[in-house]
Amino acid sequence: MPEMAGLDEGAPLFVQVAERLSAEIADGGLAEGERVPSSNELAAYYRINPATAAKGISVLTDEGLLEKHRGIGMFVAAGARQRLLERRRRQFTERYIEPMAAEAARLGIGTEELADLIRQAGQAREGATA
Amino acid sequence: MTPAISVTGLTRRYRGQLTLDQVSVDIEAGATTGLLGRNGAGKTTLMRIIAGQEFASAGSVRVFGASPAENDRVLRRMVFVREDQVYPEFRVGDALRAASLFYPDWSGEFADSLMADFALPRNRAVKKLSRGMRSALGIVIGLAARAQVTMLDEPYAGLDAVARHVFYDRLLADYAEHPRTVLLSTHLVDEAAGLLERVVMMDRGRIVLDAAADDLRGAATRVSGPVLAVQEFTARHEVWDRRRMGSQESAVIVSPLGEADRAPARTGRLTLEPVSLQELVRYAACLAPDTQGSATA
Repeated sequence: MPEMAGLDEGAPLFVQVAERLSAEIADGGLAEGERVPSSNELAAYYRINPATAAKGISVLTDEGLLEKHRGIGMFVAAGARQRLLERRRRQFTERYIEPMAAEAARLGIGTEELADLIRQAGQAREGATA
Repeated sequence: MTPAISVTGLTRRYRGQLTLDQVSVDIEAGATTGLLGRNGAGKTTLMRIIAGQEFASAGSVRVFGASPAENDRVLRRMVFVREDQVYPEFRVGDALRAASLFYPDWSGEFADSLMADFALPRNRAVKKLSRGMRSALGIVIGLAARAQVTMLDEPYAGLDAVARHVFYDRLLADYAEHPRTVLLSTHLVDEAAGLLERVVMMDRGRIVLDAAADDLRGAATRVSGPVLAVQEFTARHEVWDRRRMGSQESAVIVSPLGEADRAPARTGRLTLEPVSLQELVRYAACLAPDTQGSATA
């Protein structure tokens, strides 16, 4: 939906705002100690209600990923990136491995063959970035 | 929730027809509420009565705890912009001056910047404005009034997409700086959805849905896959819409999904997709008579 700058209508917007900020922190786009956009800035950017944006920020505050510096704004907490990366690792199986195994089974790709394909893809990537 | 507007048992009969049928609803203070529904659902009548411009046959309206009818103190804290606003023999500048005198929190500076945004000519007679320009004038007055209760009834007839987005952006920015209670009726649910904190939906003079917008997002799910698997899955749920093509079926269910529901989807037999707010609202409109209450998240 173009009106909301990349957010979609399928999930609560505050959850999506929290996820966007989390992803930026995990990818290093928002460094630890850096100020995060205010709820009004997020509201203007995503074209969403400021209260909704504030709720997204408070999700991360409650998780200790952001901290409030009174009168200045919200900042990325120390250790936030590491914690988000660990969380993503835990979600990796569910998000990527399980759907992939299901699709492989539909196509008749056996476990050994699947493991080979993963190895090849990994090696190709290592070769490309080496 | 502290209501800015409290409507109780509001009924309006007009030429033998019930345009409002026992409507009771609270509009949260300091929030933006979308008033949705098809033409003739009763949205405008409800807003007109709240604004003290029309009288109910039965029931009551309280704005900040007081009746708005002929109550100057309440009316000055409330602005109502209608699609078919009629202005006297005014030039644009006169309409702005009149509004600036009436509304205690009027911002001339904000009005000027909105006038520039919409390229409105100050010296033109309101009667000579195009439909879009007249809507823009309504928006300028509605926003610059900074009234504690701001009611906008389909405020953008004749405005193109660019101008409508100027309206959304200015409303959001100013609302962030100067919080107020906004009640916005609109057909353009997809465009305005992000602005709304709450959604109140009317159908044939009744409220059929009253919920937080974010509770509605993801409250319904579209399940698709092989017919038998979909039917087995949906047997435990309320189904809103079902369609079939060959051996495939797709159904929209409204009950929340648990982890046990997601397992079959993960093994690849079924696809689960969230249903968007605007789709949900459309289903609610079609199903209103028998789903009263059940659609309330």
